[in-house]
This record gives sequence, structure tokens and C-alpha cells, in this order.
Amino acid sequence: MKVLTHKQELCTGCRECELACSRTYFKTDDRNYSAIRIIENNKTYRANKCTQCGECIDMCTANAIYRDRNGVVRIDKKKCVGCLGCVGFCTELVMFYADDLDVPFKCIACDVCSRACPEGALEVLVSRVKEN
Amino acid sequence: MGTILKDYSYTPAKVKRGYSGKSLYINVSDLSIEQKEITDFMKEKFTGGKGFDLWYLWHAVTPETRWDSPENEIVMSVGPIGGITQYAGTGKTLVCSISPLTDMPIDSNVGGYFGPLLKFSGWDAFELQGKSEKEILIFIDGNNGRIQIEEAEDLPEDAHLLAEELTKKYAENEDDMVNISVVCTGSVAKHAYMGMLNFSFYDPRRKVCRFKQAARGGLGTILHDKKVKALVVKYRGVKPNLNDAADISTINKVGVKYHKEMHDLDHKQNKMRQIGTANTIMIMSQYDLLPTRNFQMGGDPETVKISPQVFIEEWLTQGLHDGCWYGCTMSCAKCADHFLLTTGPYAGQRVTVDGPEYECAAGLGANLGVFDPQAILEENFYCDTYGIDLISFATCTAFIMECYQRGQITREQMGGLDLRFGNSQAVLELMHLMSRGEGFGKIAGLGIRKLKKVFVEEFGADPQLLQDIGMEVKGLEYSEYAHKESLAQQGGFAMAIKGPQHDEAWLIFMDMVNKQLPTFEDKANALYYFPMFRTWFGLVGLCKLPWNDIVPADNYKTDSPAKVPEHVQNYVDLFNAVTGRNIDKEELIIQSERVYQFQRVFNVRMGKGERKDDYAPYRSLGPVTREEYLSRQELYDKQLRDFQQLDPETMDLDEKIAATRRYREDQYEQLMDAVYRRRGWTENGIPTPERLKEIGMDLPELLEVIEPKL
Repeated sequence: MKVLTHKQELCTGCRECELACSRTYFKTDDRNYSAIRIIENNKTYRANKCTQCGECIDMCTANAIYRDRNGVVRIDKKKCVGCLGCVGFCTELVMFYADDLDVPFKCIACDVCSRACPEGALEVLVSRVKEN
Repeated sequence: MGTILKDYSYTPAKVKRGYSGKSLYINVSDLSIEQKEITDFMKEKFTGGKGFDLWYLWHAVTPETRWDSPENEIVMSVGPIGGITQYAGTGKTLVCSISPLTDMPIDSNVGGYFGPLLKFSGWDAFELQGKSEKEILIFIDGNNGRIQIEEAEDLPEDAHLLAEELTKKYAENEDDMVNISVVCTGSVAKHAYMGMLNFSFYDPRRKVCRFKQAARGGLGTILHDKKVKALVVKYRGVKPNLNDAADISTINKVGVKYHKEMHDLDHKQNKMRQIGTANTIMIMSQYDLLPTRNFQMGGDPETVKISPQVFIEEWLTQGLHDGCWYGCTMSCAKCADHFLLTTGPYAGQRVTVDGPEYECAAGLGANLGVFDPQAILEENFYCDTYGIDLISFATCTAFIMECYQRGQITREQMGGLDLRFGNSQAVLELMHLMSRGEGFGKIAGLGIRKLKKVFVEEFGADPQLLQDIGMEVKGLEYSEYAHKESLAQQGGFAMAIKGPQHDEAWLIFMDMVNKQLPTFEDKANALYYFPMFRTWFGLVGLCKLPWNDIVPADNYKTDSPAKVPEHVQNYVDLFNAVTGRNIDKEELIIQSERVYQFQRVFNVRMGKGERKDDYAPYRSLGPVTREEYLSRQELYDKQLRDFQQLDPETMDLDEKIAATRRYREDQYEQLMDAVYRRRGWTENGIPTPERLKEIGMDLPELLEVIEPKL
């Protein structure tokens, strides 16, 4: 299973990761289109991003969310009807949407943000744990 | 493939601000097909959904039209909000026709994919008129703009087989099956007046066709009479803004807020995602509201055997999405998978059973004295696939059982069926007989009103007793709530416009438990507001359940928790966001009242809709029999003292029953007076021209109907 991890102690809050993500997938500098969000709290920085827990899979009202062979939870854009149920049900608050998009979006542990991080605070880990 | 009898091409109208602006008319007598314009007048006066249905039906029929007249129509419409995917419960279709049970308009709301897919295929409404010579099916291809009418002689009759066959027939592959919805009835529809309509949706996880039902009033019986085996719609490409909403941002925001509420609160409130509407079975029994053995009692110690926990732990699949339209995170359409049938033509097969919903567990369970979850699920399956309205079947069979147990009819007169309370095997056998049109099954589906006549005239039964215990008003059987101790709910049922169904008003907790409606005026206000408010769901394409089967965490702090003000505001916001209009919560009620008053006048036009039609059987109001009085003697004796200043110690049982009856019947008369005043009706229940004018419904055709009655 692949999952993006964040080392809070290394993060300076520069948000290069957000820009890398939104530019890669939506060709925009608007951070509202990033699947990773850096949250500042008293000079420390937390990263909101998908943990690949998969709780959204069974609740999806269009059967459009699945776990791929790398263990990454993904949205099938052809099946998704944009109901945003997964956005409301995500316990980590890391399923995102934008009004001009037909489907929500999420972190797919692609490594774009970790490569862009100047501090090495982000890393995609691969575990051998087999997910259901 | 059946012979194609008609092939019709059209250009699908794009939906704008919630409306396609077109309706589809098909006459199956001559196979003619027409497109009609949805006018601004229709949108202004009738909004959509049931409003459009009734408007078309009014123009199709005359006062002489009966359910099987060729000019009778089945009309369906989903309404302007219908089909949005971002909020729960947005796929409801309203179906109307002249009912075989009531001889006046019936309306029934139903989930499933048909209505939304029909709208995205270009049709806000669909009128089906005429009678075909041969059995046919109608296929609407919304992507390619094509309607085909085909011969359908060789198709199976029962819904679970028929829907599966047609879904496979019209789907290009497995992934395409979700894009197809079938409307059909089942084999009972040709032998009973309580045949219903199944609306399918394909469940890609279970790989079966699931069903919701437009169940009330015999709509399936009418479809069968028209020799229409099925309606099929196919539309590929459901997306979040096919309604062309004026303000998608608000829809998204309100939708996500609601989904989050569902995620955070459902498990603390009603557990709709685990058990659906049957979550209330134990509560109903504890509050004396669970109809038991033909509404004689309001609960039973055996109810624990059919408790929500039993269904959750032993029968219903947990954790999978169970919504009947996209975006419904309430997910209450639960089902039992791999259920092994033990009776009937499908005995030995494993099937998916849709349900049980509350009405099923209460009606086919407690009201028949059946406290066996396996039997309830089997009854549930056969009601669905045979196309039986399980509410009418349950209430009607409960009536038959009581007649039998009180010696009003004999086992021989029922063809040997031992229909005593609790005998689920006899109940299932009755269903199988109805499906084959054999023996007692030929008459058991006539409905209580007609059965009373048969039992009195042919079997010599006591007419007064049958009148008191036959739970029907206007010809429609009661839905499954005992309510003797709630005067407001007695009115909620018996003064409901189509007949005694709880979708207009459910006031029992407000009235009986929380004592929030102490005066006649309070009750009348509730019997104005709630029927109007709840009518609105059926105008716009919404399900009632997401309104108050989950409520915001701080709802109790509001000035009117029973109205769930935050959710009402959600609905106002959704309507405005879709249509680009600017209504408020007061205008929402007026939108509803326009259609409500129209339907009442429609009843008047059909020879109903007067005070005489709003009386309840006494079983609804109070204890008919000695056993019922004795079961709550302490309460009834106290009421004699408190309300009538009588001394029960000096009265015998029959005197106490008679005094209670006089008092309660008088209370009901006073309630009628108050409700009629509040609704703007005359003492005889006729909407006044003044009230119609106030809400902009003083249309000449309505005034012409009511004027002779004033």
C-alpha cells in the first residue's frame, strides 16, 4: 500500500507541495485545487492528506471509489456522479471538491508534492500490508 | 426481441434550471406519441411532480371516468429538484391516476432511477393513456432520442425476473446496467385492485435489480389493465449538474453539510444507515402505536422478536450503500441478501429481499400477529415481485383475519385458508392464490371497502362491526400506525386528501407524547402546516425521510423542533439554487397549498371530497370491542372521569364503551370543524372561492366544480 507521509518537524509551511499538486492536476496556482493542504497552528504545520483508509469505498453512492493494485484509493471519474457524499463522510476531511469540477479529488500518493518539498518533509511510503 | 410496433425519434430537450420544458404523451390505444410544452402557467401554479400529474390527469378524465376507463391516465413526474446528486433523497417520482380503490385521484411517491433518468432524457412528465390490444412495453432511449413500443407477450410477469431480463436486454454491458430503470407491476395486478408499480434501479455491488414502489391505490392494476408490461428508460451520463442549476455552489455547500450531518449523527439518532425505517418498531410498540392484530392493540410483548437489532444482526447486509438514487447518504433501502425462499413458485431459490421497511415489519408482521422475521422477509419478497401494495394487503388481510376470528366469515368461505392471526403460512398462501387468481385469492385483493360489502351481502356478516373494524377511508387502507390516543393523527389519516396514508401528517409524538397540540386550533394548525409542507416534497422530486429522520444536533434548541427549521431552509436554498427563483419558506407552503386545494377540488369533481368522505372507522378513534377497552381500562376509565365527569364505578363495560365512543366521535367532529376552517373549506369540506383566490387558484374550471356545492 502506498501512502503519503508528512514529517511535521521538518515542515516550514512553504506550501510548495500545494502548488505542485494543483499545478500538476488542474494547471492552477489556486491552492483550493490541491489534494494536500498545509494547516498552520502556532508556527507548526500539519498536512491534511488522504491516509488511504478506504472508508469512502463502500459508502460511495455510485460505486465509483476503489482501491487500485498499489493500495491507493481512487475515484473512477467515469462512474462518479459528483454527489459529494464522500466529501461529507471523510473522517480526515481530505476528500476535496470545487464547484467547477464534476468529481471530487483526493491524494493518490503520486509523489509530485514530495519531490517539490525543499525540506524533505513529505515521503510516499510503500508497505507490504495487503488491504482488503 | 418482440415485434416493434412503433418507432419514434425526438430531440431530447436539455434541462434548464430544473425543467426540460417538455412532457411526453403516449396513447397505447392507437400508439400515438406527442410532445407537450410545460408552460410557465404550469410551473407557477403547480411547480412540478404531483402538481403536473394532477393537472394533466384533470384534463384527461371526466367525473364519470373510472380506473379502467380508456381515458384514465397514469401520469408521472419527478419535479425540478429531482435528479440533483448532491443532497439525500432527490430521486423521487410522483405517480397519479384514478384509483380502483378510491375512484378518485391517487398519488404515490417512489424512489428508483426512472424519474430522474426520464427527465434527463428530456421529459419533465409522462402521460400514459389508452388501452393496448396486445401486451406491450415502452422503451425510452434518452441518449439517442428514441421511443420504441414493442410487443411483450413472452416476458415474465413477476417483477424480479422481468426487471432483470429487461435491464440485461437494453444494457450494452455490465457497466451500462445502472443506466436503465424499469417500471412494472407483477402477477397479482390482474387479480387485485391493490396492484402496485415497481421502479427499479440496478445495484452494481450485488449485481441485482433492486426496487422501490409506487405502491398506494392500485397503480399496478391500472398499468396491467392498459396491457403495458413495462416502461423502460435508458440514460447514460448522469453528472452533478444535468439540472443546469442557477447556483451549483449553494447546492454543493448544502449537500456537503447534509452529508456530514448524516455521517456524524445517524448512528446516534435513528440508525437509518443500518436498518432504515424499520428502526422504529420497538419504539412504536412501547408507545402503543404499533398496529397489532388489525389495529386492536398498539403493541405486543412479542415485538422483541422482530426488533431492529434482530434484523441488523441476523438478516440485513451491513456497510454497503443502499440508496435508491445517487447521493442519498441516508442509505435506508436496506436488504437481505441470499435469502432462501421456502414457499411459492420460487421456493428453494436464494434472492435479494428489498426491505423490510417499517410499514412491512409493522403491517405484515405485528398487524397480522406475525412476529417472525423470516416470514416477514418472505412476505416482503412476494409482495414486491407479485406487485402487491403491502400496506393495503397487510391492512386488508388483518381485517379478514379479525372477521374470521370473530366468526363473521368461516374457513370454508375462505376456501379452507386458516387465516388466524399469526399464521404466516396462510398469509403466504393467500398471496400465492392472489398471484394465480384462484380461490379466495380472487376476492381478497378487492380491498376492505368492497370486501365489507361481500362479507355482509354474501356471508351474512354484521355490517356495523365491519364498518367499525375495517381500517379504510375513502376506499384506501390505513398505513401502519395505531393512533387511538392521538386525535390530531386521527384527523391526519382520515382527512388526508387521497386516503389514510401518513405521508401528509405524522403528529402522534407532537400530540400524544409531547402534548404540544392541546387545543383544536393547535391541532388544526398542525393539520394545515404539515400536510402542506409535506406535499411540497412531491412537487419538487424529494424524499421526506432526510427532512426529519435525521436532524441537526442543535435542532432541539430551535423554536419549532418538529419543523426542523434548518432543513426547511436547506430545501428553500436548493429550490432557489436549482430554479434561479427566490422563494422563502412561506412561499414554499403556498406552492404546496395550490396543489393541495386543487387535489381536493379534483376529489369533489369525482363525487368525493366532502365531509362524508372524511370520517374514520371507529377502530381509528377508540376501543370497538370489550377486549380493547379492557386492555387499557385504567386509561379509559380515567378519561371518563376527567373528560366527561362520569363515574366508571357505576357503569358496566358496555356503558363505558358507549360513553367513550360518544365522546370521541364528538371530539372528531369538532376537530373536523377546526381543520376545515383552517384549510379554508366550508363546513362540508369544500374549498371556498375566497381561499382559492388568496392563493391564486381561482381558476374557472375549479370554481365551476365547487360553486354547486357552496
